[in-house]
Amino acid sequence: MTTFKYNLLQHTWIKKLATNRWPLLILRSIALGGFVFVILVGILGTPIGNHNFAIVAVWIAWWAALMLLLVPFLGRGWCAVCPIPMPGEWLQNGVVLGPGKNSQGKKRRRFPKPLRSIWLQNAAFSLLALFSVVILTRPLVTAWVLLGMILLAVALSLVFERRSFCRYVCPVGGFIGLYSQLAPVELRVIDSQVCKSHAEKSCYQGSENGSGCPWNVFPGSLTVNTNCGLCMECLRTCDYDNIALNLRTFSADLQPQNQSKLDEAYKAFIMLGSALVYSAVMLGPWGTLKQATSQIGSLPWFGYAMALLALTWGLLPGLFYLTNRVGLFIAPTPHPPHQTFTAYAVALLPLGLTAWVAFSFSFVFANISYLWPALSDPFGWGWNLLGTAALVWTPYLTSLTPLLQMLVLIGGLIWSSYTAQKIAGECKAPHQAWPVMMFSLFVTILLLWLLIA
Amino acid sequence: MNPCSRIFWLFLALAVLMVAFAPLPQVQTTPSEHTFRIKAHSFEFSPAEITVNKGDQITIELTSLDVVHGLYLDDYGLQVKADPGQTEILTFTANRSGTFRFRCSVTCGDLHPFMIGKLHVGANLLFWRGSGLAVLAIITLWALFSNNSNGARITMKVK
Repeated sequence: MTTFKYNLLQHTWIKKLATNRWPLLILRSIALGGFVFVILVGILGTPIGNHNFAIVAVWIAWWAALMLLLVPFLGRGWCAVCPIPMPGEWLQNGVVLGPGKNSQGKKRRRFPKPLRSIWLQNAAFSLLALFSVVILTRPLVTAWVLLGMILLAVALSLVFERRSFCRYVCPVGGFIGLYSQLAPVELRVIDSQVCKSHAEKSCYQGSENGSGCPWNVFPGSLTVNTNCGLCMECLRTCDYDNIALNLRTFSADLQPQNQSKLDEAYKAFIMLGSALVYSAVMLGPWGTLKQATSQIGSLPWFGYAMALLALTWGLLPGLFYLTNRVGLFIAPTPHPPHQTFTAYAVALLPLGLTAWVAFSFSFVFANISYLWPALSDPFGWGWNLLGTAALVWTPYLTSLTPLLQMLVLIGGLIWSSYTAQKIAGECKAPHQAWPVMMFSLFVTILLLWLLIA
Repeated sequence: MNPCSRIFWLFLALAVLMVAFAPLPQVQTTPSEHTFRIKAHSFEFSPAEITVNKGDQITIELTSLDVVHGLYLDDYGLQVKADPGQTEILTFTANRSGTFRFRCSVTCGDLHPFMIGKLHVGANLLFWRGSGLAVLAIITLWALFSNNSNGARITMKVK
């Protein structure tokens, strides 16, 4: 079956823009400046979260841009401009702009083989999720978390080759990579035979034109977006002009032949479960639950932590495993249950992404107006730089939000169910998708109840 | 397409339209007056959920037990503010049905953005319509794929 693909690089100006190092450097430098400023504001500014630019800029404005625009439409677009790996990369390469003297990354160790997966990212996300209410509301904690991330990225880049932090550790990169499979953009080679016959593999090894893939990926074997950071380095190093930046249909990566692994399957459950928990904690009316999430170290917090971990690491995957067993019972195929588990977990990605979009609608529209005063008075010190310091909090689109959430969630359910049917169709066992669709329906109704009921 | 299929699809399309748009029968009740004493403290409203019928006259007596708290009612756009130990009153007619969040409108501490309660006015049609449409979406996909399943291929890799 031929799928829609449109190579943006056939336009000379786009190709020049993508190949030139300056545009990305400028964007990343702005992002790095913003990142450092956010850390400073978090440390020095007012401790009142919604009057502190660090909280408002990161957890409302950036989060809105990430979940409502960047991830759904550009996949790993954020990773291309993320400032966190920049200092480490400069140290690794020995230069700010260009491939540098250590461009091939041979002086660094490879990341330990047992850890070359997204299990660390899964654990890091879950760890942050346990403290998320505190991180989201206390500027100082946000600042320390961001500082910790950048220091860890630097430390790892000094020991290990390429962007090991981004690829194997970053808690945000893990879910961006997973959901980037749904985005209508991809970087791929035009002809994989060219790559196979190219002995030098300059896209992976690096050359005088650029570094070897910072994400430790051989572009010739790319079939999904998960590990491609859209840094455009391979575009600079490819000797045969064999790289395409394609527009494509949404979720083109969700093909049965692109089976996910267990770590990626688990990421789908962690994200879906976290969307459920956050909807209950942050948007629900249960005060006791909110208190429990913020009293770190207390018995209620341990209860919350156990419940979150049990739901995301045990209950949801367990329920889904049983769902798959029912599917295999209804429509037997020779595939072992663990394989159908990971294969069908892919079907949950659209629902997971739309769950986060729906959650973000409520959270962002209700709170984005805190940004206007924070822009004028980032530290909360009584400044009025833009004349917007006195603007009062006003929730936006509150009458439209529930309808949008409903439509987005039903869209996600249809998208997930269609993906499950596609996988089942490829297995010649169309009825195998039924239980997966029922699981998706159950989660959708639960989300509808949490968000709009 | 055989006649049975046509009838099925017609029925399904009608069901989708009905669930999405048909006005559901509402229980007719005589509008009454309700007073709710809501205590605001420690990032929670108590009670955090209140249920009334459409057309009811609502009086909310908001009492703050610790710091200054506010109550902003989504969609209605109404708000009231209460100083510590004080009670302030908000009166309105519940003329829109559905579920509406009310939020603290005065920064009251770390968890302020999450200080939320809910007002339920009559049946939450949006939730029931959403759930109904979700079920119908599954039925539609099942029917579509059941028709097309004969042509399926098998290429799933066994690792």
